[in-house]
Amino acid sequence: MYVAVKGGERAIDNAHDWLAEERRGDPAVAELSIAQIREQLALAVNRVMAEGSLYDPDLAALAIKQARGDLIEAIFLIRAYRTTLPRFGHSAPVETGAMACDRRISATFKDAPGGQVLGPTFDYTHRLLDFALEAEGLEAPQAAQATPRREPTPHITEFLDSEGLLQPDLRPEDDTPRDLTREPLELPADRPLRLQALTRGDEGFVLGMAYSTQRGYGRNHPFVGELRVGTVPVEMEIPELGFAIEIGEMTLTECETVNQFTGSKTEPPQFTRGYGLVFGHSERKAISMALVDRALRWEELGEDNVGAPAQDTEFVLYHADNIQASGFLEHIKLPHYVDFQSELELIRKLRREAQAASRKEAAE
Amino acid sequence: MTTQTAEATQSAYNFAYLDEQTKRMIRRAILKGLAVPGYQVPFASREMPMPYGWGTGGVQVSAATLTPEDCFKVIDQGADDTTNAVSIRKFFERTAQVETTTHTAEATVIQTRHRIPEEPLREDQVLVYQVPIPEPLRFLEPSEVETRKMHALEEYGLMHVKLYEDIARHGAISTAYAYPVKVEGRYVMDPSPIPKFDNPKLEMAAIQLFGAGREQRIYALPPYTQVVSLDFEDHPFDPSKAEHPCDLCGAEDSYLDEVITDDAGSRMFVCSDTDYCLARRDAGHEGAQGARG
Repeated sequence: MYVAVKGGERAIDNAHDWLAEERRGDPAVAELSIAQIREQLALAVNRVMAEGSLYDPDLAALAIKQARGDLIEAIFLIRAYRTTLPRFGHSAPVETGAMACDRRISATFKDAPGGQVLGPTFDYTHRLLDFALEAEGLEAPQAAQATPRREPTPHITEFLDSEGLLQPDLRPEDDTPRDLTREPLELPADRPLRLQALTRGDEGFVLGMAYSTQRGYGRNHPFVGELRVGTVPVEMEIPELGFAIEIGEMTLTECETVNQFTGSKTEPPQFTRGYGLVFGHSERKAISMALVDRALRWEELGEDNVGAPAQDTEFVLYHADNIQASGFLEHIKLPHYVDFQSELELIRKLRREAQAASRKEAAE
Repeated sequence: MTTQTAEATQSAYNFAYLDEQTKRMIRRAILKGLAVPGYQVPFASREMPMPYGWGTGGVQVSAATLTPEDCFKVIDQGADDTTNAVSIRKFFERTAQVETTTHTAEATVIQTRHRIPEEPLREDQVLVYQVPIPEPLRFLEPSEVETRKMHALEEYGLMHVKLYEDIARHGAISTAYAYPVKVEGRYVMDPSPIPKFDNPKLEMAAIQLFGAGREQRIYALPPYTQVVSLDFEDHPFDPSKAEHPCDLCGAEDSYLDEVITDDAGSRMFVCSDTDYCLARRDAGHEGAQGARG
C-alpha cells in the first residue's frame, strides 16, 4: 500500500550533517585556517568581497571555507550576511588619485608621472606548473624592495583631459546615487546605478559581455588608459565631530579605458571613457567592467544601437547578478509535481483529441 | 549547522529575521498592492539566507506579515512535508518562534508554492504565494520596460492573441498552470504557477499576497476581489484535473498528484493537499487503495 512520502525534515538534517563531513574532507589532512585562506587564496577572497559587496577579508575567507571553495556559494553567504547589517551611514567618496599603488600601468603612454609599475602580476609569467610548490615548508619568497613614492600618482586620463581630447565626466545632477542594494532596480538606469550592478556582477558574465564587444557586438575599441591597484584610505564624516576621519583602508582595482569615438550628431570627435572599479585586486573584472560600461553609454553619446547584447541595459543589468541567476537556475531542482501533473493532463487531452480527429479523417 | 551554532546564530537576528526598517518597506509595498489589486509593486527585495527562486519573495512577505501570536503553515505542491516547505517552516520556527501547524483551518498565515488549499479560507487568514516570474506578459515580451508600459496602457491584446493562437493550433488553450487572470476588470495578473484547477478559488475571503523576491515585486488580492481567468465566449475557461477520485481518501473535488507505484508503470492518484486528504481519511472516507490515516 502506498504511504505518502514523509521524513523531509530528517532527510534535510542528515544531508546537512553529511555536507559538513564532506566539507572537512579527510580528517587525516590538516584543517584549513581562515588566515591561510585569507593570505594564500587572496584572489578568491577578493572575488567574494567584490561580488558579495562587503569588504571584509576574514568573513570572505570564512565563507570560502564554509562553501567548500564554491565561490558563488561563498558570495551568497556574504550577501545574506551583509543584508542584515545595520547602516550607520556612508563613507566619503574614496580618492583613487591618492591611492598607494602596488601596480599601475598604462597602455596609452610609454611613460608618465608615477611611471609604469608592474607590481605583483601574473602578466608575463609563463603558465608552467611550478612543481616546487608541491613541497611544503619552503622558505617564504621575498621580492626586492624600493622606497615607495611619497607624492600622489596622477590619473593618466588627466593628461588627455587638459587637452580637451577626452570627454569630461559629467557629475550626475543628483549627487547621491541610487543604492542598488536598498531600492528595487528600476529602468532607465543611470550610470551610477549601472556601475553598481557591474561591480557586483558575476565576473564571468561581465567578462563574456566585455569580450563580445571586442569581437564586434557593439565594438568600441578600448585602450587601457590606466589600470591601478593599491590601497586607498576610507574616510567617514562623523556627525558629532563635523569632519571626516579615516576609518580604515581598502585595496581597490581601478581601470579607465579610453575609447575611440568619431563623434555623433550631438558630440564632437573625442575620446570617451569606460570605467571599472572593483574591491580587491581584480584586474580582469575591472577591465571587463570598463568595457561594458562604455558599451552601455551608447545612448548618452548619441551612438547607434546596433542591437548588441552589451548595449542592452536591461539585458545586462537583469542577468549580471550570479546570486539571482544561480538561485533561479537551481530552483528547478525543487518539486514541480503539481505543474507537471497539469501539463500531463493537458498533453493527454490534446493527444486524445488529435488522435480522434485523425481517426475520423481516415474513416471519411 | 549544529544545534549550538544554530542557537548562537538565531539570537543575532530580529523577530522573523528581517530588520524593522525592511519590514516597514515591505508592508508599504503590500498596502500599495492591496490598494491597487493585481498591480505589481516594485520593492527593494533583500538577499535572504535561502536562494532566489526558492521562495524568498514569499518569505519576505511572511516575515513582514507575521506577529508573535500567528500560527504559520507552509505548503509546497500542496504538501507540508516537502523538503522546501519543511525548510521554510523551520526558518520561521527558528527566527520568529511562531506556532506552526499543518492544519489549514488552524493557520492564520499560510505560505504556499504552486497550490491553493482545498479547504476554503476565512477572512482572518492570509495566504502568501511564492512567485517566480510575476509578469504574466513576460513570455510574450521579454523587456520589463515594455511590459510595464503595456500594463499602464491596459494593452493586453498580445495575451489574447496568444490564447487565440493556442485555440487555432491545438483546439484548446495550452496553458495548464500560471493561467493568467484579470483582476477587477483592470490588471492582467499571474496567479503564480498554481494549476488552473485552483484559479476559481482566487476569489476568496482571505487576503492573498504574492511575493517575487528575485524580480523585486509584490502584488495582492484583497478579500472578495473579482478574479476572472482569461477565456473566450466560445472557449470558456476549463479548470480541469485528473478524472479520478483520490485513491487514498476518495475525494472527487480535489487536485490530484499522479504517483508511479511500481516498475511496470502502475499509477495511483492522490490528493496533492496532504492536510485535506488526511482530514478526510480521519473522518472515515476511504479511497480505492486507502487505509484510514
